[in-house]
Amino acid sequence: MNSYPDWWKLVFGRFTLEAIPYHEPILVATFAGVVIGGLAVIALITRLKAWGYLWNEWFTSVDHKKIGIMYMVLGVVMLLRGFADALMMRGQQAIAFGANEGYLPPHHYDQIFTAHGVIMIFFVAMPLVTGLMNYVVPLQIGARDVAFPFLNNFSFWMTVGGVVLVMASLFVGEFAKVGWLAYPPLSGAAYSPGVGMDYYLWALQIAGVGTTLSGINLIATIVKMRAPGMDMMKMPVFTWTALCTNVLIVASFPILAGTLALLTLDRYVGTNFFTNDLGGNPMMYVNLIWIWGHPEVYILILPCFGIYSEIASTFAGKKLFGYTSMVYATVVITILSYLVWLHHFFTMGSGASVNSFFGITTMIISIPTGAKIFNWLFTMYRGRIRFELPMMWLIAFMLTFVIGGMTGVMLAVPPADFILHNSLFLIAHFHNVIIGGVVFGAFAGITYWFPKAFGFKLDEFWGKLSFWFWVIGFYVAFMPLYVLGLMGVTRRLNHFEDPSLQIWFMIAAFGAVLIAFGILCFLIQIAVSILHRDRLRDLTGDPWDGRTLEWSTSSPPPAYNFAFTPVVHDHDAWADMKKRGYRRPLGGFRPIHMPRNTGAGLIISALATICGFALVWYVWWLAALSFAAVIVTAIAHTFNYDRDFHIPAETVLREENARTEQLARA
Amino acid sequence: MSGSQNHSGEHGAERGEHGASHATLRGYLTGFVLAAILTAIPFWLVMADVLGNATTTAIVIMAFAAVQIVVHMVYFLHMDSRSEGGWTMMALIFTIVIVVIALSGSLWVMYHLNVNMMPMAPGDHPM
Amino acid sequence: MTTATATAQQADTPVFHVTDDEHEHSGGSTMLGFWMYLMSDCLVFAVLFATYGVLGRSYAAGPSGADLFDLKLVAVNTAMLLFSSITYGFAMLAMEKGRQAAVQGWLIVTGLFGLAFIGIELYEFHHMILEGATPMRSAFLSSFFTLVGTHGLHVSFGLIWLTVLMVQVSQRGLIEANRRRLMCLSMFWHFLDVIWIGVFTFVYLMGVLK
Repeated sequence: MNSYPDWWKLVFGRFTLEAIPYHEPILVATFAGVVIGGLAVIALITRLKAWGYLWNEWFTSVDHKKIGIMYMVLGVVMLLRGFADALMMRGQQAIAFGANEGYLPPHHYDQIFTAHGVIMIFFVAMPLVTGLMNYVVPLQIGARDVAFPFLNNFSFWMTVGGVVLVMASLFVGEFAKVGWLAYPPLSGAAYSPGVGMDYYLWALQIAGVGTTLSGINLIATIVKMRAPGMDMMKMPVFTWTALCTNVLIVASFPILAGTLALLTLDRYVGTNFFTNDLGGNPMMYVNLIWIWGHPEVYILILPCFGIYSEIASTFAGKKLFGYTSMVYATVVITILSYLVWLHHFFTMGSGASVNSFFGITTMIISIPTGAKIFNWLFTMYRGRIRFELPMMWLIAFMLTFVIGGMTGVMLAVPPADFILHNSLFLIAHFHNVIIGGVVFGAFAGITYWFPKAFGFKLDEFWGKLSFWFWVIGFYVAFMPLYVLGLMGVTRRLNHFEDPSLQIWFMIAAFGAVLIAFGILCFLIQIAVSILHRDRLRDLTGDPWDGRTLEWSTSSPPPAYNFAFTPVVHDHDAWADMKKRGYRRPLGGFRPIHMPRNTGAGLIISALATICGFALVWYVWWLAALSFAAVIVTAIAHTFNYDRDFHIPAETVLREENARTEQLARA
Repeated sequence: MSGSQNHSGEHGAERGEHGASHATLRGYLTGFVLAAILTAIPFWLVMADVLGNATTTAIVIMAFAAVQIVVHMVYFLHMDSRSEGGWTMMALIFTIVIVVIALSGSLWVMYHLNVNMMPMAPGDHPM
Repeated sequence: MTTATATAQQADTPVFHVTDDEHEHSGGSTMLGFWMYLMSDCLVFAVLFATYGVLGRSYAAGPSGADLFDLKLVAVNTAMLLFSSITYGFAMLAMEKGRQAAVQGWLIVTGLFGLAFIGIELYEFHHMILEGATPMRSAFLSSFFTLVGTHGLHVSFGLIWLTVLMVQVSQRGLIEANRRRLMCLSMFWHFLDVIWIGVFTFVYLMGVLK
């Protein structure tokens, strides 16, 4: 470091050539893989002359459907990265006993578990649920786009900006070594002086802006753009859960942003919020971050509850049992989720009154969740159940989630938590609810809405294979962790002395391999489905005999979603329309007013990402320049008043005629 | 499409003019005078130490702040339960609930933590 | 209102879609969306207030609020912000009447009051830092500078926005889009006022109480 001249520091900040981890064989191999894969993709796109297509039709698109699909692609790609981390951890823990140190030294292992947590929550689960909400909600409420289409595009690219920073940390410098919530003082400047923590902070800050804005966007969409007749209690349940989720996003992500900003000030300016010196209090960070953190888990699970509700009623062929109670349960969860945060740190040492208050609220929040389980059961009761793939995911979810929920109630008892805190029991618990709830829900949702998005169903065989690998793999991987946790094994260790534990870790590693097959089968399922798309084609637009409005339009829907805005009379609007003999209008189309595509969102996000990168490396001139560029570009964008256009009536007529023809063939 | 048709019956008429529709010169001036009074009194209470008791003064000036916030909301931000079909009011109430939970919860939790902390002053170190 | 289409010609068939779709929709949600942004901003301030509430008495043997705060200066500053609020209100009234020149005039006055506010705040910060009361000195000062500074940053951002809007109004006049933007800035500006009530009460006035 000292050998670098002064001008180097001025130009490159604290970046040095040593920051490139060419001495880590795992990273070099990964890097080679990414470069070769990346070049192959770039070459393919160039060969297909698809750059213009991608830019015009996807990257700059303000169409909520395309943005939704891009979110899903992002989530699945990052699932591979996050899962690779998981496999490495399981592999390390399965072999690192006694004299065997394993293959991951502590500084590398610590980065891996941090990256795994951050990626899985922020860049897998969030994009997957946001993607599904983005795609489905406007269709379900009979709208043509979201309330702020440009903002939607911008939000997506800000999420990508966060991803880019996390991925960059793999090959330039390092990632944080502090666990996914980065508690100080460990994450403060004194104990984590490297760039890893700064990557963490800026990645989350940039992605967080996108998440908050997309939350505002979807609330405004649901509140203002519902089809006529769809009053609040006629909204589809998925839309209801999406509304509550986005309320939680808007009311909690600012808290995350504020908290991370304070930690950033501690690290960059030298303030004393969360230090141990000069009056700072690290526990304040823990307190604040969980005020965001607990609502966050409901942000992830609520939309999945919505997905399960849609699936339960569609595949049981009847109305959802207890629609009203489902809605109220969702609203109650939304509010209660702000009253339980301390259960994440019972062991902090608050007194009995604090701990018992939060213990009790935590037990209370399981009641509306339990009510939902009964609602799904009663929906299925005496229904004509079709055991297709989404329904299978629903059953697997109910069984798995109940177990996860019960271990959660165990952890809600403060004295029990004192024993189980920070143990593998906790790890097993939250994977139990997040995999069993969110991941299964995402797969259920993907299987359910894929035909809507692409016009053909997903292949059943590979889907079922993936399903069974996932479900069995989950149990094999995580049940041993409950056992280990009860034996007192704590989380985040890369080496153990006691050989009697090893068998459990080996079983868990085997389970992780099973899940790997599940992911592989999912990818194969998509590839096979694309290859056999003609066999799997759905011409009706309504392959499952669906009940909500998204199934009333073609698959994939036209850019304008609905030639005429639907009028709603019942909360299963499409089922109601089918029952009462609805006939598609064949003429009388009018020009449709739509938002225009723009590259501004991508450009601003790219500049923000550069700014984040420069801040990580203390390259102050670049940070200042790119920040100024963000502001100037944003202002310049506001000078563009020409933001919409009309789809001519002839185009609408042509598209609708094509659909008429398609329906005739179906 | 969109909001125009949604609830078109009930508030199609006030669309596009909410907020400003309630703004009058009289309203702004009333708000301004009230705000000035509600600002001046707490400053006076503290600067002249009128009440002589810190706790009482704190409670009184917090009450003034609460009233002044309501004044600003009504006269400057034109909050009422009708604009946007009641959604702005709903959002505001929800936000206030969350702010109160976050503020009072943090203070309570952290106060409890400090009370239960091991004594840290150099004199009474336990070890 | 909704018009029935060809499919609904029989009297007993309910209407399933509307045909007079062609309705200007851009901007219909802007005010609500912006209000929700303000609510989210409110929660950022909630974090800062909570932090100040918890750490605001951790002086670490350094200066306290009673040592540092000059209430007369704060009173002047509060007045600046209050004046800027009423002048922005006048700008909005002028906008309602469509008087562009008056709007621009009141916006300039508002901007000047805003600048004065920022100037006084910077003077205060500068003064404190010179006395050694830097944000690094204690948790109290860290939370003080961050809370008050974040409010100041918002006001500064509002000033930039105000300038941009003045340019846009001069270019295109009081068209629908510009009126909407002026209303958003109005909400933003008055919202900062509300936050300031919390700041001067909770931080300054209560800070000097013994």
